[in-house]
Amino acid sequence: MSRRVALEASHAVAEATRMADVDVISAYPITPQTHIPERLAEMVAYGDLDAAYIPVESEHSAMSACLGAAAVGARTFTATAGQGLELMHEVVYVASAMRYPVIMAVANRALSAPLSVWGDHSDAMAVRDTGWIQVFCQNSQEAFDLTIWAFRVGEDPQVLLPVMVHLDGFTLSHVTEPVLLPEQSEVDRFLPRYHYRFALNPDQPMTHGAFGPPEIYAETKLAQAVVFDNCKKTILQGWQEFRDIFGRHYNPVEEYRTENAETLLLTIGSFTETAKIVVDARREKGEAVGLISLRLWRPFPFEEFRRAVRGAKTLIVFERAISFGLGGPVVAEVRSALYDEETRPKVASIIGGLGGRDMSEEDFEYVIDRGREVAEKGSDRVLETVGIRGESEALKR
Amino acid sequence: MAITEVKFGDRLLTSKEFLAEGHNFCIGCGEPMAIRMVLKTLGENVIMAMATGCDEVTTTPLPYTSWRIPWMHTLFENTAAEISGVEAGLKILMKKGRIPERRITCIAMAGDGGTSDIGLQALSGALERGHDFVYICLDNEAYMNTGIQRSSSTPYGASTTTAPAGKMSMGQITRKKNIVAIAAAHGIPYVATASPSYHFDLMRKVRKAADTKGPAYVHILTPCPTGWRCGGDITVQIGQLAVQTGVFPLYEIEHGRYRLNADPPRLKPIEEYLKLQGRYRHLTDDHVARIQEMVNEDYAGLKEKAACFPVEAKE
Repeated sequence: MSRRVALEASHAVAEATRMADVDVISAYPITPQTHIPERLAEMVAYGDLDAAYIPVESEHSAMSACLGAAAVGARTFTATAGQGLELMHEVVYVASAMRYPVIMAVANRALSAPLSVWGDHSDAMAVRDTGWIQVFCQNSQEAFDLTIWAFRVGEDPQVLLPVMVHLDGFTLSHVTEPVLLPEQSEVDRFLPRYHYRFALNPDQPMTHGAFGPPEIYAETKLAQAVVFDNCKKTILQGWQEFRDIFGRHYNPVEEYRTENAETLLLTIGSFTETAKIVVDARREKGEAVGLISLRLWRPFPFEEFRRAVRGAKTLIVFERAISFGLGGPVVAEVRSALYDEETRPKVASIIGGLGGRDMSEEDFEYVIDRGREVAEKGSDRVLETVGIRGESEALKR
Repeated sequence: MAITEVKFGDRLLTSKEFLAEGHNFCIGCGEPMAIRMVLKTLGENVIMAMATGCDEVTTTPLPYTSWRIPWMHTLFENTAAEISGVEAGLKILMKKGRIPERRITCIAMAGDGGTSDIGLQALSGALERGHDFVYICLDNEAYMNTGIQRSSSTPYGASTTTAPAGKMSMGQITRKKNIVAIAAAHGIPYVATASPSYHFDLMRKVRKAADTKGPAYVHILTPCPTGWRCGGDITVQIGQLAVQTGVFPLYEIEHGRYRLNADPPRLKPIEEYLKLQGRYRHLTDDHVARIQEMVNEDYAGLKEKAACFPVEAKE
């Protein structure tokens, strides 16, 4: 029997980590991630969680300590945001290449300069290629569910990969919502005790992290690519098992009112829920508008994504990051995913919600209208944006 | 497996080698000497985290490894953080009954660059948090793995590829960073300097470091024939001279109490140490005199500290 409680998304992540019976937490505080490690430290201090909490001196060390703990077979968790994710950047790559299933929550935050503690997806986009399984949450329930699920998938002997659970800084991390909390026994049934076959242990001396000369480095990377490709099966199986036990089902790509939709809006993360309200309104007016949301970001859900947009005339990609000199990083991937399709929608890119700029319903109305225009006629602007002030002359290409 | 022990003087030492033959260290390198002594002292029940550097690249070119102990490497500057995770992980897994309770010594090993420069923050963090581990710095006084670039541990007057001696430069113009004092400033229970040229002293200190509850720091001077520009056959001699001239005194700091382990009645002149090494070839008499002054100052300072804590006669 689940209990329905009011939980802040950050606390939902902490609660999921507690119920996963994590062994080692190593974290450095950074806004807007702080409520996650604070709550975990509190749980350890109060005796509600039997884990080691390592209060490291930086994010670089946060992830490094996770590697050490994972190497001896501990179930390991950390959380960070924005600059913290950037500071640990090189260690993030190591976690996946060494197949340590570290679980990390990221309360997505903009990157300096100028300093901003508020949310966008610049930090997430900077770690696209790090070899981590990555998902985006839309609400507190998902933050709880996907954290539990992350342990199940990452630690699977067929996978052994780290998993990043993204939740938007403030607009999700600090939002309190009703969350269904399962019984511990249900969690235990879903998430078996972690046993790491290659744990460092004096009884079976092993070398972790030997270096790769040119004769062998490339082969290790190919092996990593194969593993990463194969993990999709376990990702889906994990969600299947999750539904069987908890009754909630997740897909790599969420489809919302997409039936016969001519215009599709694509979103990632917590603004999806605002966008849904606008989609509802458009549907009421009789417009064939639908929405898809990328929940699984890595591995990129090519199959599910292509299936979801099949038949649509226009796809409007709304995203919260800029790749300077390219445009939107998400739209670039979306376009490339569609390139080999025989029929494909016209794609428009609109960027907004940067550095904590809010996205209202009106803003999404604009995204849909302007998106259709741009898809049809093209754009003469450096970037198509929403909710950002700027001289129209300067924006012209 | 039974460990065969061999008698060296009055001490028992395993004949087992934990660093396998076939590694790629330069001929005459002081590092494998130090590593072998460390591991012979501690035996099998260890886990080691090692920083990127000479010792790591010479021992683990995939698919080979020279390590007969559980060993890990990830990056350059994070070794102390990594061992923090190892230590915390082992402790909690034992507490939860997931792995059998036993004494495992957690060792972090890094070079002088990985300790005094890029790894300083992680080291400071791990020492401050009080993890139960032994940090060993193998100091060869420059970035030798990448080709003899200066570090903050490079001594005054030495020529390196990024602080080369030339018409306008005498090489390194800064004093060697006193990382030993920095480690001690964390108030950790045990800090020591050691040299593979004084192997019994080194092994005694490593044993003591491992038996210490909480963080212990052992700083080992490992001569580098390649970077110091000297013969590979005089490594031990150079290590001895470093101690006998007072350039690298052997001492311990236990709970803040300094103790000199070898205090010769008269220090040998610094020239005897410098003249064997090509990295000091360019120095003028004035430079040498200045270095002698520095050594005298530092040594006197150390003796003053040690004098504050008189040692009761033992044995």
